[in-house]
Amino acid sequence: MKETVIDAHNLSKIYDEKTIPVYALNNVHLHIQRGEFTAIKGPSGSGKTTLLNMIGGLDNPSGGFVEINDTNITALKGNRLIDFRLNNIGFVFQSYNLIPVLTAKENIEFIMLLQNRPKEEREKRVAELLKQIGMEDKVDKRPVELSGGQQQRVAVARALAPKPQFILADEPTANLDSIAAENLLDVMLKLNKEENITFVFSTHDQRVINRARRVITLEDGKIVADTAPTKIEHLLYEK
Amino acid sequence: MIAKLIWRNLWRNSRRTLITMASIAFAVLFAILMKSFQDGVFNNLIKNVVGYYTGYVQIHQKGYWEEQVLDNSFTNNTALSNVIKQNPQIKNAIPRLETFVLASKGNTTKGCLLVGTDTEKENELTHLKSKLKSGNYFQNKDNEVLVAEGLSSRLNLNVSDTIVLFGQGYHGIMAAGKYRIKGILSLASPAMNNSFVYLPLKATQSFLSAENQLTSISLGIDNPKNMDVIVKNMRKKMGEDYEIMSWQKMMPEIANHIKADGYSFYVFSGILYLIIGFGLFGTLLMMTTERKYEFGMLLAIGMKKSKLATILLGETIMITFLGILFGIVLSLPLVIYLNQKPVKLTGEIAKTYEQFGFEAIFPTTVDSAIFINQSLIVLIIAMFIGMYPLWHVSNLNPIKAMKK
Repeated sequence: MKETVIDAHNLSKIYDEKTIPVYALNNVHLHIQRGEFTAIKGPSGSGKTTLLNMIGGLDNPSGGFVEINDTNITALKGNRLIDFRLNNIGFVFQSYNLIPVLTAKENIEFIMLLQNRPKEEREKRVAELLKQIGMEDKVDKRPVELSGGQQQRVAVARALAPKPQFILADEPTANLDSIAAENLLDVMLKLNKEENITFVFSTHDQRVINRARRVITLEDGKIVADTAPTKIEHLLYEK
Repeated sequence: MIAKLIWRNLWRNSRRTLITMASIAFAVLFAILMKSFQDGVFNNLIKNVVGYYTGYVQIHQKGYWEEQVLDNSFTNNTALSNVIKQNPQIKNAIPRLETFVLASKGNTTKGCLLVGTDTEKENELTHLKSKLKSGNYFQNKDNEVLVAEGLSSRLNLNVSDTIVLFGQGYHGIMAAGKYRIKGILSLASPAMNNSFVYLPLKATQSFLSAENQLTSISLGIDNPKNMDVIVKNMRKKMGEDYEIMSWQKMMPEIANHIKADGYSFYVFSGILYLIIGFGLFGTLLMMTTERKYEFGMLLAIGMKKSKLATILLGETIMITFLGILFGIVLSLPLVIYLNQKPVKLTGEIAKTYEQFGFEAIFPTTVDSAIFINQSLIVLIIAMFIGMYPLWHVSNLNPIKAMKK
């Protein structure tokens, strides 16, 4: 039986409620199972980022709520919400993901320090993650010394470091060239397949969409389609 | 890791950090120098003033300072001497009997202040011997006088001449006597130089028919900082019959001058601190604004605002601490040097200073309290300004912060 990791109920986000209401999200229902590799697509302003922010507990919905592993995160406030995010959700942003003054290794280790994990465990996990993203040789490089693709891979490793329930990635390939984007997708798919890591990401990138196992299409704050790419598309893009 | 993060963040923009540190260092340097100079000059001024005649503290019969007549003198007794001797903070005690008399030679007469004093003790406090222009210093057993230069030239007196003193003794008894001049004194203060005549205490008491009477006891003390405590203790032990006066009470014009100048220091240092404050605020404002996205990202991934605030406050404290440290390192040798080799005035200005009995020098004071106080003030200013990034973080919304 599949385990539901993310359960969004009747999610709405309304801006300018007092004048003319604008629905960034309109009564969205969404269920994500463990191990899914889900892309959320849609035109600009369709509500992709807003939906990710709600799922990630970064923004409060105007209506509805989000449950992560049966915990209603919409009801969590302050440090309890921060702690929940730290321990359960991994984030990868579009760019400038890393702390510029820390090396790749330190950036990954940093988030485990926030969790007060012991040094031995941190070091073991960092080594393991660097191997998984294929960057063992870049341990001591600072972000400025890494390419955009390498930085995003470190960001994925950092998001994975605290062993979260799932990873939320907001247009992770938006600032990458095609090779770097492919490499990043390879890493994410490998982690998804081998480690059963759940990925939910917003994207415009057709190559990413084609490699996703599930594609949710948003338009004007509503889910208008929730499909899987055809087998032929998968065969074309899957490596 | 937090400490590492603070340290590395400081050097993200090394030029800006160095400029901020330098501005703090120079502000600390100037504040320390300004205060050291001010305290040094005032301490020297006080030393000159009290060392010239009054001493730091004087003991009188109650009411003497208001009405300075012989009838308000007091008897030098053992109990009084014991109270003075028992106080280890009192280094010198000069018994004096002072009164105004007429001094004359031939047909010329002039009013003067006759100071009967213990010759040895007087020299210990006021270094009277060093002010001899001609002749010799007097002894306690002598019946000879030292005359100030201005008075001697007015009366056309020289060493070995005889001066006639005439006045009113104790309880209205007529006092008259003639004394050989043993030496001529050059006193810096024009008022003193034109009117002072020194006579050994015993001879003065005999001249004024005031056996064992004193008008004042001037006290030299171990450390000027102990003066208030000494005055308080003496008042407690000596009771209501005596007035114990500090030099500030006896010379309020000098005390007020020092006080007024102290205010000007506060104004100047206030301006200085304001400049430091704005400089530091500018740096923190830039550091905070340009890292807004990063702060948003850190909060989003699970960093608590309190931890982020700790990092930012740590950066402010570190940059200030290093600035203060450099300021102290720069100022310490300079203050010590200027204490050992004070700025010396020359020419007419120097003469004017010396004419009024002041050394024409501007020394600094080497006092750890100055370094500590100035550093603490700058640190407190920095902590206050460091509240801005904390306020910024406390109101930060990660989503808004990460919007480009």
